[in-house]
Amino acid sequence: MCLCRIGTGVSGARCSRLARHSHQATGRTGEEDFLSACIRCGLCVRDCPYDTLKLAELGEDGPATGTPYFTARDIPCEMCDDIPCVAACPTGALDPSLTNIDDADMGVAVLVDQENCLNFLGLRCDVCYRVCPVIDEAITLETSHNTRSGHHAIFAPTVHADRCTGCGKCEQSCVLPEAAIKVLPTHLARAESADHYRRGWEEKEANDGPLVDGIIDLPDRLPGPGTDNLATPGGFEPTYKLPGATQ
Amino acid sequence: MSARTHLPVGQEAIAIKGWIGAHRFLLLRRASQLFFLALFLVGPWFGIWIVEGTLAGSRTLDILPLTDPFVLVQSMVAGHWPALTALIGAAIVVVAYAVLGGRTYCSWVCPINPVTDAAHWLHVKLGLPKGWQPKRNTRLWIALAAILASALTGTIAWELINPITILHRGLIFGLGFSLALIGLIFLFDLLLSRQGWCGHVCPVGAIYGLIGTKSVVRISAANRTACDDCMDCYAVCPENQVISPALKGKDGTSPLILSPDCTNCGRCIDVCAQDVFHFTHRFDNRIGALADLSSAATIGAASPDNGSTHHAEIN
Repeated sequence: MCLCRIGTGVSGARCSRLARHSHQATGRTGEEDFLSACIRCGLCVRDCPYDTLKLAELGEDGPATGTPYFTARDIPCEMCDDIPCVAACPTGALDPSLTNIDDADMGVAVLVDQENCLNFLGLRCDVCYRVCPVIDEAITLETSHNTRSGHHAIFAPTVHADRCTGCGKCEQSCVLPEAAIKVLPTHLARAESADHYRRGWEEKEANDGPLVDGIIDLPDRLPGPGTDNLATPGGFEPTYKLPGATQ
Repeated sequence: MSARTHLPVGQEAIAIKGWIGAHRFLLLRRASQLFFLALFLVGPWFGIWIVEGTLAGSRTLDILPLTDPFVLVQSMVAGHWPALTALIGAAIVVVAYAVLGGRTYCSWVCPINPVTDAAHWLHVKLGLPKGWQPKRNTRLWIALAAILASALTGTIAWELINPITILHRGLIFGLGFSLALIGLIFLFDLLLSRQGWCGHVCPVGAIYGLIGTKSVVRISAANRTACDDCMDCYAVCPENQVISPALKGKDGTSPLILSPDCTNCGRCIDVCAQDVFHFTHRFDNRIGALADLSSAATIGAASPDNGSTHHAEIN
């Protein structure tokens, strides 16, 4: 995935620790690369048609002096198709190989507060979902049973990090006084899976069978819903069947 | 206490050439500094976009790129290979100042120059001691340290504190805390080290000095035989060690000020009542009165009637 990374800012006074990191204008492959490449000329700021970008002032908490950043809660990235900020950059600090703004990676939106998110409380706010420029890809609404009321649904805004560009429109439009969804720098927002973990179901698909020979698929004995015991009502077909296995 | 047994610096020149004539290059220099600042400011202030960006990197009329070569060198040792635009921009700057004299940037363009000049003016007014004076090549070591720090940390190290770009950026994108840093430079030059910042510390000027080592535009003490040792040029020159080889050279030595430290500010031309100095090129080794040298010189070599006045500063 191409990286754009101008960096975003969390404007919350209550999360100064996060803000220190997330205000940081980060580089193509991280903050340090950006700091070696950005000469702080401000041409990206000038060519941004929406006054989104700012140059960090001396003493500002977060981004290195003179580097560009934006505060999503105030003015998010408008995701221009022609990416004028990148075109303006004379040094290549903003990656010139980024040609499709949907591939930008300025950070990742995270629903940071489920306890105050109106959708999680059972309402149909949906604003973050509706304003997302990559609606239904970067943010989807995942339905689940509302156990509090017993007969409603919860439409949980769910960010899919591989499609989220970090533009911050969701954060800007959150109706709460302090946004429940915020754009964070990727290194803060995301975990990193260790090399030795592999997803068995994906490995089975790729290998067209289990990785270890001689595994036999025994019938699941427990009856009832949630098992693959088809003899019992509520059972389901397993998504992957061992080759040659009969039930 | 310093016993002042001489006329104020430049007094004689003012008497002969008039105030304007004795401040010609100072006025031109201020006009030049304002002009370059205005080029950057008419965009954000009036929407007339001639130059975008800052002195670290800019784009003129949407075509001409200019890049600070020292910033770019730091960027490259920090591990980033800049895009062609920045490289071309730096090449243009290097070529221009290799011809004009690298430190012409310091006195004719740099926005810090009025700050340090103001500090020096007040310093002289208050009669303060010259204070801490590190060696002049300290700035070269600082430049080297900045480059090493860039390589080690992977960042453009000097830009964290470079008052030139911080002030310039502040003026163009909005002043805030950056003003405090400029105040520090002022106080440094005023209280701690006379003409200390530009002359001893600033690595940007040091790099421009290196760029202009073989520059074409030079000041010549061509009329040095007329020198009456009033010392005014030494008093106004921010890099006065450059004067002696040219002014006091024995017969047969070049009258040109060839030191790359010279900022081509032209103040020595201004304050010299004897018209010893003038701008020329580095291949012009002629010695003689200005009027004989250049038909373009309209002011001519005024021969002052008080040419025998001898005054020196006793500290």
